[in-house]
Amino acid sequence: MNEPTSILLFFVSCVLTNNFIFSRFLGCCPFLGVSNKVETSVSMGLAVTFVMTIASLFCYMIYNWLLVPLEITFMSTIAFILVIAALVQFVEMFLKKSSPTLYSALGIYLPLITTNCAVLGVATLNMNEGYDLLYSVLNGTFSALGFTLAIVLMAGVRERLESSHIPECMKGFPITLVSAGLMAVAFMGFSGLFSSLM
Amino acid sequence: MIIVYAGLLLGVLGLVFGGVLTFAAKKFHVEVDERVNQIKECLGGANCGACGYAGCDAFAQAVVDGKAPIDGCAPAGAKGIEKIGKIMGMEANVGERLVARVICQGTHGIAKDRYVYDGYKSCAVAAGLAGGPKDCRFACLGLGDCQDKCKFDAITMENGIAHIDPDKCTACGACVKACPRSVISLMPESQNVIVRCRNSDVARAARAVCMDACIGCGRCKKECKYDAIVVENGYARIISEKCTRCGECAAVCPCKCITIE
Repeated sequence: MNEPTSILLFFVSCVLTNNFIFSRFLGCCPFLGVSNKVETSVSMGLAVTFVMTIASLFCYMIYNWLLVPLEITFMSTIAFILVIAALVQFVEMFLKKSSPTLYSALGIYLPLITTNCAVLGVATLNMNEGYDLLYSVLNGTFSALGFTLAIVLMAGVRERLESSHIPECMKGFPITLVSAGLMAVAFMGFSGLFSSLM
Repeated sequence: MIIVYAGLLLGVLGLVFGGVLTFAAKKFHVEVDERVNQIKECLGGANCGACGYAGCDAFAQAVVDGKAPIDGCAPAGAKGIEKIGKIMGMEANVGERLVARVICQGTHGIAKDRYVYDGYKSCAVAAGLAGGPKDCRFACLGLGDCQDKCKFDAITMENGIAHIDPDKCTACGACVKACPRSVISLMPESQNVIVRCRNSDVARAARAVCMDACIGCGRCKKECKYDAIVVENGYARIISEKCTRCGECAAVCPCKCITIE
């Protein structure tokens, strides 16, 4: 398979079949926490995409160029957390200076991402799957786009739920979790897609 | 050996990141004009939006940028505006403190009801329904549109009309905009003699809908020694600059629609 096709397939795989939220169950806390409104969920998705792309790049470099040569790969989790935390801080400062508009759009979401398991998850996945540099970065971007898709869809559903008649005992989180479960079932339908395309 | 590597690596990474972040904090330090924070402290702080900016922060920034006038924040009051003037090094042109006043006395029983309104509690809605629940088309409807808009808890509904507490009022003007009948207007605080009616119908018609309506008889105008009252459009109006607040007009008003606060 040539390169563009395989990248396209990789994209489909990351966004749909191996969606971070619906099939890997990573990043569920911002998924439930910041999905009240479509507008904020888009901002959160953008911020996550931004950080996950950069985090995959840096974690790849730290892992392959420092941890592997020193044979201390068991330190990967703690090293990744260190990298991500520092990176988010740095990105926040950089954005504040260079692009105040983007900063005010992402502002409050950036610090939230430091403790987002999806970011650590993508770094660990890249390591386990043995992706090279390009695919690590692509995996970060595409998975984050999948996350964005999921959170925006969820926000749309929740906005509709606001105005519908729901039994008292199901209002709020119960119905949200049920809808999330149904969406996960729907996304499971994509799992056959990839193998048939291959 | 491995444990030494692990410790060293984390230590070095921590040091490097710490160093980079320290450097970045200096390098990417955003100069926030300290005047912005100083001005923010002088403002009303209710984010009422009466100045036309997104909130107090945006207004303070606009003042520093020279885009907003220093006296743009009504809730800051004369003292606040003076302080802002000092911060910005500009002479503040502080007028007298204004307060919002309700120009209507049509409480239940005084103003006649046209029908019993039992719908959605909003003056704007009620005003559109067959001319409003009160016979007088200039009356305060008392359903609290102004109260909803007031960020300072200055407005209460009593007996079918709005009351504004002059001590709490900051003259932000939100209620003036909210009132579908334009019953509320801003006046200088010292203007305590007020004509409480704006019914421009002829005397008979005005009297027919409200016992306290101004009938435009002109008694107050005759009584006033300072030429401070004009009778136009069927109701009396006091010219604040000429009025000495003597209160003679209130004493002679046959309709009791001139009041002294």
